[in-house]
Amino acid sequence: MGLELYLDLLSQPCRALYIFARSNNIPFEFKRVQLMKGQHRTEEFRKVNVLMKVPALRDGSFTLAESIAILLYLAQKFKTPDHWYPSDLQKRARVDEYLSWQHANIRAKGSKVFLSKVLLPILTGQPLSAEKLEFLIEDLNVVLKQFEEKFLQDKPFIAGSEISLADLVALVELMQPVGAGYNLFEERPKLAEWRRRVEEAVGKELFQEAHEGIMNIKNLTADQFAPELLESFKQQLLKQLLHK
Amino acid sequence: MGLELYLDLLSQPCRSIYIFARSNNIPFEFKHVELFKGPSNSQGTGKVNLLKKVPALKDGDFTLAECTAILLYLSRKYNTPDHWYPSDIQKRARVDEYLSWHHANIRANAPKTMWIKVLIPLFTGQPLPSEKLQEVMEGLSTSLKQFEERFLQDKAFIIGSEISLADLVAIVELMQPVGVGCDIFEDRPRLLEWRRRVEDAVGKELFFQAHEMILNIKELSNIQIDPQLKEQLAPVLMKMLK
Repeated sequence: MGLELYLDLLSQPCRALYIFARSNNIPFEFKRVQLMKGQHRTEEFRKVNVLMKVPALRDGSFTLAESIAILLYLAQKFKTPDHWYPSDLQKRARVDEYLSWQHANIRAKGSKVFLSKVLLPILTGQPLSAEKLEFLIEDLNVVLKQFEEKFLQDKPFIAGSEISLADLVALVELMQPVGAGYNLFEERPKLAEWRRRVEEAVGKELFQEAHEGIMNIKNLTADQFAPELLESFKQQLLKQLLHK
Repeated sequence: MGLELYLDLLSQPCRSIYIFARSNNIPFEFKHVELFKGPSNSQGTGKVNLLKKVPALKDGDFTLAECTAILLYLSRKYNTPDHWYPSDIQKRARVDEYLSWHHANIRANAPKTMWIKVLIPLFTGQPLPSEKLQEVMEGLSTSLKQFEERFLQDKAFIIGSEISLADLVAIVELMQPVGVGCDIFEDRPRLLEWRRRVEDAVGKELFFQAHEMILNIKELSNIQIDPQLKEQLAPVLMKMLK
C-alpha cells in the first residue's frame, strides 16, 4: 500500500495538495471523500484522521492531517524542486510567513464568502441578504489589499522569481469566492497576472481540472447532500460562521 | 546592528518567540512595543512590519512577521537543538501539523477570553457579556479535547519524549485564559502535567518572567490607553460583542 491522499476537490486545501502532487509526478492513490455525502464522518475515515477533516494523508502506518504539514512532508520526502520550499533561509521564511498569515486572513475571509453565499442559502432555505454579502466582501477586500501590498508587491511570485507553496496555497483559496460568483480578479490586474503565472507554472490543464467542481458550484442543490445529514450540516455551518 | 525582535509580552506569539530565543541563548535586542500605546508608538514598528502587528523580526535589512515563520527562521539560523524542529520527517510533520491546526482552533478561541474579560470592558466601558464568554469557553473546551486526544495523547510532549516548537506555541496561547481568570488547567490533570513539563524544559524562571505581565493583568486596568487607539478600537470591539 503506497501513499494515499484523502481529498474532496471542493475543498481549497485539497486542491493545493492535488495540484502539488500531480504537478510533481508524486505517485499517490486518490481517495475521494465526498463531504456532502458525509464521507468524512465514517468510521473508516476516522482511522485516517480522527479530526474528520480533509485533506488527510496515509503513508503506510503514518497518518497526517493539515494541508500545510502534508505539503511540506511531500516536498521533503519526494525532494521536489527547491523553489517550492526554498532552502535559502530568507526565501523560505517568506513562504512560512505567508503560509502562517493566510489561515486567519485569505483562507478565513474567502471561505466565509463562499460558505455564506453558496452553502448557507441551500442549507437554511433562506437567501443571503445583500447587506450581509457586502459586509463579507469588504472583509475579503481588506485582506486582498494586504496580500497585494505586503506579500506579492511587485514580484512575480510571493518568494520572488519562482512559484512556491505560498502561491499555490493562496490561489486555491482565492478560487473559492470566485466559484461562488465574486470575481475578485476582475478589477485587480496585478493579481490577475499573478494568477496566470501560477496557472502556467503548475500547468493550466491540471489547474482547470482541479477546479472543475468549484467552478460549477453554483449548480449545487440541496438534493446533492445526504438527506439525513442536512440538519447536522446546517447546525455545523451556522456555528462555524458565528465563530469566525 | 544585530537581530532585533519587536515584542509585547502581553501577546501570546511574542512570548513563544521570547522564550525560544532566551532559552536558546540567541542574542537579540528586545524592542518593546506597547500595543496599547497606539499609533504614536506603532510608528516604530510601522517601518518594520507593514501589517503593523507584533511579533516582528529585523535582521539587518531583512524583516519578518508571523510567529511560526520567526520561530522557524531562528531555529535554522542559530542551529538550535534538533528536538525543537526535528529533522526526522515524520516527527517534523507532527510539529507542522500542530502549528497549522493551532491557528483555527486554540488560537481562534483562547485570545478571546482576554478580549471579553478585560479589554472590551476596558475600552468600551461596557460590562462583560456572560453568554459570549460561555460561547468562547465552549469552543475552547472543544479545541482542548481535540488537543489532548489527537495531539498530546499519552505522550510527554506533542512529538514524543522531547519538547518542540509545537508545545511552546500551544502553551503560551493557553496561558492567556489563565491570566484573565479562566484556569483551563484546573480540571485537566493531564494537561497540567504537560504544562509543568514544558515549564521545566524551557526553564521555570524564564517561563514566569515571560508571563509576568499576563499573570498580573489586573495592572492593565491602570494603563493609560491612548485615546486615539480607544476611539479606533471601540467599534471593532463592539462588533465582537454582537
